[in-house]
Amino acid sequence: MYDGGKIITGLVIGVGLLLFPVFYNAGKAAKAPERVLTEKAKAAQQCVEPLSFMKTEHMKLLDEWRQQVVRDDVRYYTSASGKVYYKGLQTTCMDCHSNKTKFCDQCHNYMGVAPYCWDCHIAPKENQ
Amino acid sequence: MAMDRREFLKIAGLTALLGVGGKAGFELLAPGAVDAAVKDVPLTAGKKWGMAIDVRLLDDGVMEACVEACHIHNNVPHIGNPKEEIKWIWKETYDHAFPGQENEYLAEGFKEKHFLLLCNHCTNPPCCRVCPTKATWKREDGIVMMDMHRCIGCRFCMAACPYGARSFNWGDPQKAPKELNPNFPTNREFPTRSKGVVEKCTFCAERLAKGQFPACVEAGNKMKPGVLVFGDLDDLKSEVRTALRKRYSIRRKPELGTGPNIYYMI
Repeated sequence: MYDGGKIITGLVIGVGLLLFPVFYNAGKAAKAPERVLTEKAKAAQQCVEPLSFMKTEHMKLLDEWRQQVVRDDVRYYTSASGKVYYKGLQTTCMDCHSNKTKFCDQCHNYMGVAPYCWDCHIAPKENQ
Repeated sequence: MAMDRREFLKIAGLTALLGVGGKAGFELLAPGAVDAAVKDVPLTAGKKWGMAIDVRLLDDGVMEACVEACHIHNNVPHIGNPKEEIKWIWKETYDHAFPGQENEYLAEGFKEKHFLLLCNHCTNPPCCRVCPTKATWKREDGIVMMDMHRCIGCRFCMAACPYGARSFNWGDPQKAPKELNPNFPTNREFPTRSKGVVEKCTFCAERLAKGQFPACVEAGNKMKPGVLVFGDLDDLKSEVRTALRKRYSIRRKPELGTGPNIYYMI
């Protein structure tokens, strides 16, 4: 092999550079943020549906609500438990979860998702 | 839609109830009826919303109160620049409101008079026909509705509307000049719009769903009872139909065939 020494050195440096971020950031993974509940949310015990459902499906539920309210004028939601809720991000969801920065943004930032809800919908006033 | 027997009976019963129970003065749903009965049934069944405006009672004070109430309720900002103005309901002169009817010899005062204009919620709305995303469409109850989530801001609807009832958001309404909008957003229970969408009057659909009148009707009638008569045009006994039977009325540009549903009682 011609110039074997140079090639191998180059390879070692190249692979080293490539893997540098992996070693540099090893063990420093950002911790998943903790969900923060307001007193009102705590007192309610349960969201419109059980926690496990809300954790994975809240975006689908919200999408369904928006579709039904805006396009079909179906404004009330009957949950699996039989309780009836007025469908509204601003009026119903944020009434309990009035801590948007802690409840919504923290986790959305961590996951790198940027829902455009708040381009139009008005976030609750928070005491910071 | 999958529907079981129970659900079908519920809807059928409700529709009958809404259709039969439309007494004059009781046109909107009775208070509490919404909550009690129609939790999961659309509230749009069996109606054709329309409005009659009593021009004799209309004065600048009333018009300004209506505009103010509407824009407060719907978070419509003041932009300051008339070219980028956003309006859901506004004041206009006779010749602009009713072009083609500027007779040389009009009854006294008409030429100088201002009229209250808003979306006509046409029976045959040209704006809906041109919308490429169905972001605007005609609801069963006659309301020409907007879905801001779907609007792509192409402004075809603005070109199609012969009444100038649609406004485009050239900028983010939440960034409208603070000195003109000290308390914006004025209604924290209602969203604003975003940059690049078209907006217009929705007859306050979310208020109707609660059995309330649109914001302009409430504000106008507080000052001059009977100036704005809102109700179901399909119901013979409704307040609007009664008013329209008694008084001669005109509509804006009916010759275009759009079927405007705002009547001006002369």
